[in-house]
Amino acid sequence: MALLEVEAVHAYYGNIHALKGVSLTVDEGEIVTLIGANGAGKSTTLKTISGLLRPRQGHVRLANEDLSAYKPHQIVAKGIVQVPEGRRVFGRLTVMENLEMGAFTRTDGKEIRQAAESVFALFPRLKERQHQVAGTLSGGEQQMLAIGRALMARPRVLLLDEPSMGLAPALVDSIFDTIKQLHATGTTILLVEQNARMALQVADRGYVLQTGEVILSATAENLRSNEMVRKAYLGLT
Amino acid sequence: MEKPRFDWLQPVKIGLVGGAIGVFFALVGMVEAFSIRDIVDGIVSMGQMLMLISMTFTGYMAARRTTQPQHLWVLGSSLLAGLMFGGMVALLLIVGSLVNLRAVFINASPTLYELLAFGRGTQAGALLLLAEGVLVGVAAGLLYLLTGRFRQALVNALGWVVMAGVLQELLRITFGAWGPLAVINQWLFTGKGLSVPGAASLFVLVAGTTYFWSQTGSVLSNRLRRLPPGGQHTLRLVGILLLVLIVLALPQILGLYLSEVLTIVGVFALMGLGLNIVVGLAGMLDLGYVAFFAIGAYTMGALTSPELGFFSLSFWEALPFAVVAGVLAGVILGIPVLKMRGDYLAIVTLGFGEIVRILALSDFLRPWIGGAQGIAKIPKAIVGSIEFISPQQIYYLILVGCLLAGFISWRLKDSRLGRAWMAVREDEDVAAAMGINLVATKLLAFAGGAAFAALSGAIFASKLGSVYPHSFNVMISINVLCLIIVGGMGSITGVIVGAAALVGLPELLREFAEYRFLAYGAALVLMMLVRPAGLMPEATRRRELQEAETVEAEPEPAFGAPASP
Repeated sequence: MALLEVEAVHAYYGNIHALKGVSLTVDEGEIVTLIGANGAGKSTTLKTISGLLRPRQGHVRLANEDLSAYKPHQIVAKGIVQVPEGRRVFGRLTVMENLEMGAFTRTDGKEIRQAAESVFALFPRLKERQHQVAGTLSGGEQQMLAIGRALMARPRVLLLDEPSMGLAPALVDSIFDTIKQLHATGTTILLVEQNARMALQVADRGYVLQTGEVILSATAENLRSNEMVRKAYLGLT
Repeated sequence: MEKPRFDWLQPVKIGLVGGAIGVFFALVGMVEAFSIRDIVDGIVSMGQMLMLISMTFTGYMAARRTTQPQHLWVLGSSLLAGLMFGGMVALLLIVGSLVNLRAVFINASPTLYELLAFGRGTQAGALLLLAEGVLVGVAAGLLYLLTGRFRQALVNALGWVVMAGVLQELLRITFGAWGPLAVINQWLFTGKGLSVPGAASLFVLVAGTTYFWSQTGSVLSNRLRRLPPGGQHTLRLVGILLLVLIVLALPQILGLYLSEVLTIVGVFALMGLGLNIVVGLAGMLDLGYVAFFAIGAYTMGALTSPELGFFSLSFWEALPFAVVAGVLAGVILGIPVLKMRGDYLAIVTLGFGEIVRILALSDFLRPWIGGAQGIAKIPKAIVGSIEFISPQQIYYLILVGCLLAGFISWRLKDSRLGRAWMAVREDEDVAAAMGINLVATKLLAFAGGAAFAALSGAIFASKLGSVYPHSFNVMISINVLCLIIVGGMGSITGVIVGAAALVGLPELLREFAEYRFLAYGAALVLMMLVRPAGLMPEATRRRELQEAETVEAEPEPAFGAPASP
């Protein structure tokens, strides 16, 4: 049974029909990627899952529980945590304060400290800089912090929105290494990426979105060798 | 290699800018208005002091901007800047004697010219001004060249003398009220200002103290640090105890008039503490904050005044209702503006403030809250057998309110809710993604802020004994906002300091009230340039500024260049 299930979701921005019956599932411990061009509805799908956008039709379920009645902050408490597009760390707060902010839904001080330790184990750079103001970190470090902050909430499903955006190629590699590491520790991830090549390398399965519809879904391996995907999203012939 | 040449352009520019400011001071009438008081009796008036200070500042700036460190060059620049300043004012004199400037500048009166010319006529006056510019310029240059400790001592001493002159009325009243201190009065003051021996002794006293303190101060604080922790603890306790005693005894020391000023400062500080939650902590710009102050005051009035005759409750019975009314109003305003941010929010709240004022004025609500006539005969607070009537008594009432509000803000700041506010302030969308309930968080900020304002309004109503709609105009909102900006957004001590500076000082200088908003504007611009985080910055903002500086400084060593001094 799928951990996260999106079933025939229709979502609108005003009159614009942004999602036209998107369905997808993410199993426990899986990395699933959503790929597609700009405006295909990738970020919209994430917004619908995290409750920032209400689906007009269809359902989002976490472990068989329908989430449509919940507000965004309640959905976070349920265990769906998003790393927003463009990092968006709290620039004037320190690294540690950012992490504490990520643990907002948790109240046990001891557990929060443990969570911070495991984030520091994953990103030793953040430990070095824990008292530094987040706005002065480099882009790659900010992305680490954004991911670390989301992990502080102990997510059951981690939503990653364009983690490689605006980063230098070397940093993109290291971010994807991190995603692999997270996968190895059993974190369930739904990854939205423009960089389809990298995304399909780390993912178990993938969905291809086009103008608000899922046009293809398969294992990452099959998608990598799919003729249409190779042409349209990987830039290969 | 080319020999470095004296850069005369920079000091001339600075001098011209300074001179323009001096001419501006003269033409808006500040020099003349300020001349009714002397700083040192018969020697220098407040108006002349204003000119002297701006001249010194100009010369000092020119000295600081000199590219070459040679003493002569520094002195040359400050001299040139001073000369330019004097020249600009002299030019005003000459133009004023040839053309009638009064058609445009109503303050360009013969009295002003006489003041500027030291009473010696146009030609002699203009020459004297030039000489003054040169002298003051050189003095400013010398001041710049002095070592830090001397300079500090001199500037402090001058500052104290000027402050003593400006606040002379107040000091005279205060010292006069205490028999033994009357001696100080006689020594320090005479006629329209400080006496010459008084000013001189004050100068020497302050200069000497600052000078020696800078030597012994560090030794002392070192010795304190070496005390055992128990000793430090006692010392801190003694300090706190002393502070509490002073705060408690303040109205008795300061007398009636100053206590009145203190209560006004307190009313604004209390409001500031509330607005600090909304703007400083939660980052929502509220320009209609006066509405909650008005609602608190009117609830107090309507529930207690026998004139209206509905309830005639006592102050203490009505107080909780006033605060609850404020909270409700906060939530009612909060709900429609939940989705708004930044400037949109500012406009809507501005409108809300006006709606409340106009409702208070309206005939529609007249039977309940008195319309334009307001509500009179609001009773004073009574505890046991003591009635809080005089400002010296009401001070304690407001003090308790401020302490309560300060304590609550301080506790809230470090609480879960405080962190939620901070997250909303920094980035609303991400705050939601962190699992923060935006609706509850924002409404609690509005409600909390409104509660403090309503408390302040209720005490204000009882203090005045009456409330009128025109006491609650938009300027109050702006005032409160200014005081938290100047004090330091998000900082609790900043609110108190800001209230003292922006509400207390103008109350003390009432004769110059027409320049109040000019001074406000100048203070705000200056603050944003010099200390953008406020007088008492909050930790987050202070850190941000420090980081910005270190980051700017960081890349330098990487290029092998020596670090900047």
